[in-house]
Amino acid sequence: MITELEMGKAESELELGLGLSLGGGTAAKIGKPGGGGAWGERGRLLTAKDFPSVGSKRAADSASHAGASPPRSSQVVGWPPIGSHRMNSLAAKSAREEEEAGKKKVDDDEPKDVAKKVQVGFIKVNMDGVAIGRKVDLNAHSSYENLAQTLEDMFFRSKPGTIGLTGQFTKPLRLLDGSSEFVLTYEDKEGDWMLVGDVPWRMFTTSVKRLRVMKTSEANGLAARHQEPNERQRKQPV
Amino acid sequence: MASVSLLFVTLLSVTLYINIKSFILWDQSQTFLPSLSDSVLMDRRFPFKVLEHIFSFVDSNEDRNSVSLVCKSWFETERRTRKRVFVGNCYAVSPLKVARRFPKMRSLTLKGKPHFADYNLVPDGWGGYAWPWIEAMAARRPLLEEIRLKRMVVTDECLEKIAASFRDFKSLVLTSCEGFSTDGIAAIASTCRKLRNLELRECIVDDLGGDWLSYFPETSTSLVSLDFSCLDSEVKLSDLERLLSRSPNLKSLKLNRSVTLDVLESLLRRAPQLVELGTGSFSDELDPEEISKLTKALSELKQLKSLSGLWDLLPEYIPVLYSVCPRLTSLNLSYATVQMPDLIDLLSRCSKLQKLWVMDLIEDKGLKTVALCCKELRELRVFPSGADLDETDVTLTEQGLVSVSEGCQKLESVLYFCVQFTNAALVSIAKNRPNFRCFRLCVMEPFAPDYRTQQPLDEGFKAIVERCKDLRRLSVSGLLTDKAFEYIGVHAKKLRMLSIAFAGDSDLMLHHLLSGCESLKKLEIRDCPFGDTALLENAAKLETMRSLWMSSCFVSFGACKQLSQKMPRLNVEVIDEHPPKTRPDSSPVERIYIYRTVAGPRLDTPEFVWTIHKKPEVGVSRLAIR
Repeated sequence: MITELEMGKAESELELGLGLSLGGGTAAKIGKPGGGGAWGERGRLLTAKDFPSVGSKRAADSASHAGASPPRSSQVVGWPPIGSHRMNSLAAKSAREEEEAGKKKVDDDEPKDVAKKVQVGFIKVNMDGVAIGRKVDLNAHSSYENLAQTLEDMFFRSKPGTIGLTGQFTKPLRLLDGSSEFVLTYEDKEGDWMLVGDVPWRMFTTSVKRLRVMKTSEANGLAARHQEPNERQRKQPV
Repeated sequence: MASVSLLFVTLLSVTLYINIKSFILWDQSQTFLPSLSDSVLMDRRFPFKVLEHIFSFVDSNEDRNSVSLVCKSWFETERRTRKRVFVGNCYAVSPLKVARRFPKMRSLTLKGKPHFADYNLVPDGWGGYAWPWIEAMAARRPLLEEIRLKRMVVTDECLEKIAASFRDFKSLVLTSCEGFSTDGIAAIASTCRKLRNLELRECIVDDLGGDWLSYFPETSTSLVSLDFSCLDSEVKLSDLERLLSRSPNLKSLKLNRSVTLDVLESLLRRAPQLVELGTGSFSDELDPEEISKLTKALSELKQLKSLSGLWDLLPEYIPVLYSVCPRLTSLNLSYATVQMPDLIDLLSRCSKLQKLWVMDLIEDKGLKTVALCCKELRELRVFPSGADLDETDVTLTEQGLVSVSEGCQKLESVLYFCVQFTNAALVSIAKNRPNFRCFRLCVMEPFAPDYRTQQPLDEGFKAIVERCKDLRRLSVSGLLTDKAFEYIGVHAKKLRMLSIAFAGDSDLMLHHLLSGCESLKKLEIRDCPFGDTALLENAAKLETMRSLWMSSCFVSFGACKQLSQKMPRLNVEVIDEHPPKTRPDSSPVERIYIYRTVAGPRLDTPEFVWTIHKKPEVGVSRLAIR
């Protein structure tokens, strides 16, 4: 329920409804005759509906969003407006806290240390051909499908304020099964790049350092894993 | 053929003349060009020497700009006497013109990319290259002594050119610049024998190691300030110690994070005359003897007024700083991850503090202490401490800012990051502090209403602009309707810079601002729902402003074309991954950057920047990839 512009809507009639449902704000409708196709839905603003936690408790509203998590304010490019030096410093700080938390804890099943404000959940995602990366919160996802859906929404659906729009793909992508032009890969703590989907989700979240949406043609070296499902079964983590 | 070229030459000269004329008549809509006899008369009454002497007392460039518009003779005298030149947008005028206009130029300040580049909204490769300027100055103004650049792309070639071309070069200050490596810095350090200031503020540097520090001349240096806080790699302690020992004039030293706490004492011993100190990391383990030595070294800094750095400051080291607190006028704790009780400990001793930068770890309670103890406070900045901004368990609310506005009578500049806010708080703040000149509130949750009343924050910001008559800079946030901008248009008559995100309902928002804010020079907007009408209706206003940035709004490509055609003295840049020419005119564009210029169209635009002067492109453009 992220966009009011349903794909199925008549392409000749595009209505960008800005329903500000909170604070008694006026709902202004701006009707714009669309050019058609992918261009028609570009430039859609983020509206209050995209931030469901506004005005209410700060709980992640995962129940009503099948699969994809709503864009949290820290996932929007350039928001909040903190200079990159400071951002890097904050990220480095939480990475260090994460390391210390990791060292102190014996049992590292839980990726998140609730006592500290640790940023374990957020990792960077880059896509081939897109200059600016995004961040995604692993803790807001429960499975690979979930994560793939969010990434597809991030990079392949229109979202303003990002440069990562390709805008050309209007059918759902299959990032996980190797059938589309892109595959999802990740770098683990040892620095190796692997295809996403091989290990159980929990193990994945503890070992992933960052994600990359790579062109299938470039993922040749990793393709071997994909073609040997038997071996994948056998490689269960200890 | 000959008549065509003659026509072309004539047209060119006419265009050049018009350009020069507009360059002269930059800021004002009135023109005053008296006849020749008038200026001769002026000369008889006020010979050049007298005028020159009078103008030597006019420092501010705004005043000088006004002076230069009075008449030709004053224009000439002023331009021959201006030493410090400021160009707010490097694409507004050509380097050649500036070099020629100001023969006595000794200091040049330039700004490049739009402000929102700080938040990654401007793609890499957009522009802002320093090279054309440095090349022009090197050829024509070899006596240039100071170059200050902000948000520009500076390469090692630029730095080497500076080092090689300006024999009296004294001061290099780079803020938020990128594109150079430590090799370029080494060139400056080794060649500029009269160097006084070398400051790298928040730059992105290709850090090849700490060797650059050893390139300063072996004999005593003339260094007055050195800031390498943004560099990553370690410098050799011995290099630094020796440099300090042979720099008796050094007043400001800002170390980088890799300078560890255990060596700080030895450095300070060699520079007791410091007025500004930026420490390195403040978290390494010291034994009691080292602690006591460091405490003593800090207490010896009798002139110290400004303290920064303090990365990861540990609570047990706070007493070490006690001795400098009473003298401090500026304290930057925005990298010090110290919690509230320890912050109170520190701040309660800083009674002379005028400028405080701190993280939200200070909480409301800490700000109450500031309100009680720091009565001289003029500037406050509170930054968020958590990278995960949606979940914070820090109790910093609007109350903190209200307390400070109550207690600190001299407070005039605020930057405050807070999760949510209320109208009542804004009204109190406005009542308490009508002397605000800069008010930047960042409610981090987009579209957050007043959390008590669920109303938009319109009334709160109305109070701010109504009461703070001297407001020069404003950033708004939270849930805002068009009404808020109507208030701003009506009241904020001295406002020069306005930043808006996720606000407003319609075109009215932009219309109110462009038609109401008389002094508006810079407007930056992201993710707001306005379209073409307001922009086109208020096109003339844009020539009175330095620049307008809009991203993720509803401005169509057709409107951009229209605007470009209507206003030849504006550069209208569409910054969009997909070349707009392949799209219908009604489709909205991703980003627009509009600025007035007498330099004509840019010649260095990358693929993803479209201007009306560009030839049609073939194929899909790709963003520059790093």
